Amino acid sequence: MTMSETLTPARRAEARRLRASFVKLLAARLFQALVVALIVGIVGFAMMQALPGDAAYRIAAGRYGYDVVDAAAAEAMRLQLGLDRPALEMLMVWIGQALTFDLGHSFVTGAPVVDEILHQLGHSVGLAFISILVALALAVPVGTLAGLRPGSLFDRISGGAALVLRATPAFLIGILLILFIAVELRLTPASGHGHGTHFVLPALTLGLVLGSVLSRVVRNAVAEAVASEPFRFARQKGLSLPAALRRHAFRNAAVPVITYLGVQTALLLEGVVVVESVFSWPGIGHALTHAVFERDIPMVQGTALVLGLGFVVLSFVVDISCRMLDPRLAQ
Amino acid sequence: MSLEVSDFTVAAGTTRLLGPLDVTVEPGEPLCILGETGAGKSLLAQAIMGTLPAGLSASGRIVLGRTRLDDLPVKKREALWGRRIAILPQEPWRALDPLMRGNEQVAESHAIVAGRSWEDAHCRAEADLTGLGLPVASHDAYPGVLSGGMAQRVAFAAATAAGATTLLADEPTKGLDDARRDDVVRLLRDVARQGGILLCITHDVAVARALGGRVKILRHGDVVESGSSETVLTAPQSAYGKALVEADPVNWPAVEGMSGESPILVAEDLAIARGGRTLVEGIDLSLGSGGRLAIAGPSGLGKSTLLDTFAGLIPPASGRVERHGSARRPLALQKLYQDPPSAFASRVSLKAGFDDLLRRHRISRETIDGLIERLGLSPALLERRPTAVSGGELQRLALARVLALNPSIILADEPTSRLDPVTQRSVMEVIGEIHREADTAVVLVTHNLTLAKRWAGTVVDLQGFAKQEATH
Amino acid sequence: MTPMRILGLLGLFTLALLAVIGPDLIGFDPARQDLRAILVSPGTDGHLLGTDHLGRDLAARLLEGARITLALTAFAVASAAIIGVALGILAAWAGGLIDGGLVTLSNGVLALPGLLLVLLMAAIVPDSWWTLYAGLALTLWVEFFRLARTRSQVILRSPAVEAARMMGLTRSHIVRRHIWPDLASQILSLAAFGAATAVTALATLGFISIGLRPPTPEWGIMMSELLPSWRIAPWAIGAPIIALAITVLSLRLVAGPETELEA
Repeated sequence: MTMSETLTPARRAEARRLRASFVKLLAARLFQALVVALIVGIVGFAMMQALPGDAAYRIAAGRYGYDVVDAAAAEAMRLQLGLDRPALEMLMVWIGQALTFDLGHSFVTGAPVVDEILHQLGHSVGLAFISILVALALAVPVGTLAGLRPGSLFDRISGGAALVLRATPAFLIGILLILFIAVELRLTPASGHGHGTHFVLPALTLGLVLGSVLSRVVRNAVAEAVASEPFRFARQKGLSLPAALRRHAFRNAAVPVITYLGVQTALLLEGVVVVESVFSWPGIGHALTHAVFERDIPMVQGTALVLGLGFVVLSFVVDISCRMLDPRLAQ
Repeated sequence: MSLEVSDFTVAAGTTRLLGPLDVTVEPGEPLCILGETGAGKSLLAQAIMGTLPAGLSASGRIVLGRTRLDDLPVKKREALWGRRIAILPQEPWRALDPLMRGNEQVAESHAIVAGRSWEDAHCRAEADLTGLGLPVASHDAYPGVLSGGMAQRVAFAAATAAGATTLLADEPTKGLDDARRDDVVRLLRDVARQGGILLCITHDVAVARALGGRVKILRHGDVVESGSSETVLTAPQSAYGKALVEADPVNWPAVEGMSGESPILVAEDLAIARGGRTLVEGIDLSLGSGGRLAIAGPSGLGKSTLLDTFAGLIPPASGRVERHGSARRPLALQKLYQDPPSAFASRVSLKAGFDDLLRRHRISRETIDGLIERLGLSPALLERRPTAVSGGELQRLALARVLALNPSIILADEPTSRLDPVTQRSVMEVIGEIHREADTAVVLVTHNLTLAKRWAGTVVDLQGFAKQEATH
Repeated sequence: MTPMRILGLLGLFTLALLAVIGPDLIGFDPARQDLRAILVSPGTDGHLLGTDHLGRDLAARLLEGARITLALTAFAVASAAIIGVALGILAAWAGGLIDGGLVTLSNGVLALPGLLLVLLMAAIVPDSWWTLYAGLALTLWVEFFRLARTRSQVILRSPAVEAARMMGLTRSHIVRRHIWPDLASQILSLAAFGAATAVTALATLGFISIGLRPPTPEWGIMMSELLPSWRIAPWAIGAPIIALAITVLSLRLVAGPETELEA
């Protein structure tokens, strides 16, 4: 069969709507990406203004050591960084360079920021990926079981646990896991990187943070789907419980869950920053906090920009998945 | 084979909700259970299916053919669903899975319930939908883009695909306009004609009349009257039966054209559009002071949009709307709404809203209290929130509220379509009386053509002004 | 009001009371070091909760920390709520360009979600109340804005408001009787939820050495300082952990379990 034979008018209209919403979503997210760049640029500039004393002197001293820096070296640094130019021009130059993947050089190491970030990004993506798997492995079964029997003992216990877990800040979960699992029981290393076991505590921390809310989202979605008119009708037209669940509950429950993943990306990003810092995980979030602490402005800008863009990209993927899953959204 | 329910009662704890009642439905002869919302009608359908909510207890016998249903284990009862008993849901556009194409929802009944091959199931689904008159182009549409009538047919096909010959229809015409309602009735009549067992639960006397067969009238869980549809619906014996039948617009006393005195609202060559698409065009009409005018037509034709155009809330797409004389004053046009609770601020007492109105326009409390009493209500109702007042009472309060402003024209947008028939009758009657006393003209929008003709005499049927499909 | 919410409000009230009058009752200066009495156990020499690794009174530091956290959070949440709700109603009412502009602005802020914007603001000037306050308020106002805008839009389109307008009722009537009663029922939840976010963010930034800096007795800072002494003096790090947990849990109870899911 050729395409033209398989496409009925209804399906062509659906495809058209999907394309239209795709373009609209893309435009909105591109705009958001631009705002990220703008905010990051402004913050970098404000940090520069807030540096005590002569910024160029400080930066040069940071890179070469205070003993070797003199007025001439500071002047050279000023010219190299373009600190003598007006504020707006600096901002435009920064955005222009960012567009060509030139994020400047670290004040501390002198290495190109892009190289550093490329190195760290892999570690962060790996941690995030495994954490999401942990979260899904926890939340989907627990949430589904609770949602199929709302009000049951299991539902209430898992609900209470999720509330307590969610009320505990990510770094606190991290500390507690370090204290009990690494320090007291000596089951895993407390921090560091390189060995597979290093993944356990950070991924578990972030997985618990993400999974606790997600389990309630899954629970509500499943409970709602099972109580819905379409589900009741599917049962009453004769589908068995497993068949009705498979064909009319899980798919419908997936829509709010995926929508929620959009909100979850914010939590994920925040979690990456916090968990990496707590466990000294050599990823991009750790690099950001480190750079803030050391006032390494190009690194702050670079890492924040990449994190923000990561959020925008993930949100866009979630948007599109929702549209593909739920034909009502594209209308 | 027949469906027999005998000595049947449903109770919540010690409170009896339904029965005791005996119902027998023979193949080929439909049975209609008539009654207002809250009369326990739906409990019967749920009891037959075996889906009574937890906390309710049932006693008595339910027998289908040679099978006694009420003491079957759950699994065995569920095994009958779709295969022997089918239920046609209320508001099918909400019962169909929004994420699955219509034909797929029919096909899965064939495949999973009736155990046919998927290929066969898909062919049969197409044939079923075509047989029900659904255009081929919309077979694989998602329910969200189907009209109410189309969704009803998809739901019917999905419910009956596995060969059930006993059909329970619970308020199958809820939310449908006259034309769609007649379609559904035809669908149900065919079930009975082909020898099926049909139990239809409805509040609409017109459905019972059109379906024929036998009728039982239910009130507060008790059967107050039963017999052949012809006898019961033409010469009811019980007081409630009489009220219900009288409440059917067909039986309302007709009024002669009441177009009023000097014209105060005139439309010339009016066209209205929604979302850039012209809905109706070429409308000419005139309403005189103190007169009545009804605008009827199926849903989606822009009846409410037309009303909002009269109110000046939206501009006409083309043509003119003119107001004359007293209708030119500010506040001269007021509206009544379809869903009474939505017309009041929901989180404050009714009194708070009324007080603001009185203060703003310097109306005395006696005036408003007098109006409320004139409409048969107690001013004490105002202490409550809108959610704690019944729909009929709330619509009267809405009427009192606009009458206090002494309007020239009341624009009533389906003011009784959410009310039960007896309340509908009394609310329309009171609107009729009071607009004459207050010398206010009324424009009534309704999907019920009979009601429109009986109540207003002068009817504009929008279907005659619908923009032809070919011209755009 | 649910029992859970009452429990949460009681917890908050107690915390606030302790934060206001507590420091005076303790009688120790939270900054005074006593290197002869480091990490003494609770009850020793009048130290209610013992001392930390520099011999500072833990109870005094904990209550001073409560002051800092609660005051900063309360100011940030209140500013965010006022700005967010006002702009939300304005956007819904005005529509058009004003609405478009405000929505674009709020979406832009969302692009650096959660902690990230607070962290960046804190990066501009280290150890400053003002940047933390500004960062929190800047992050939190969006949720109030979105709630107020969405609800106002629904209400302004409702028949009730159309009727009110046709009956010549004033703008003030519509805001007082229609919009505000609806928003008021949800603002408390959202504020408590936002406050939980803010408290968490402050402690997190303190713990990872961004934001406020030692010797400020902020709870997150205290935790990072006391972590190395865990084996010798578990009660010492336990104190700020429990204080933080009680605060956040109380706020969550006030917010109700579902607030986050709806946001």
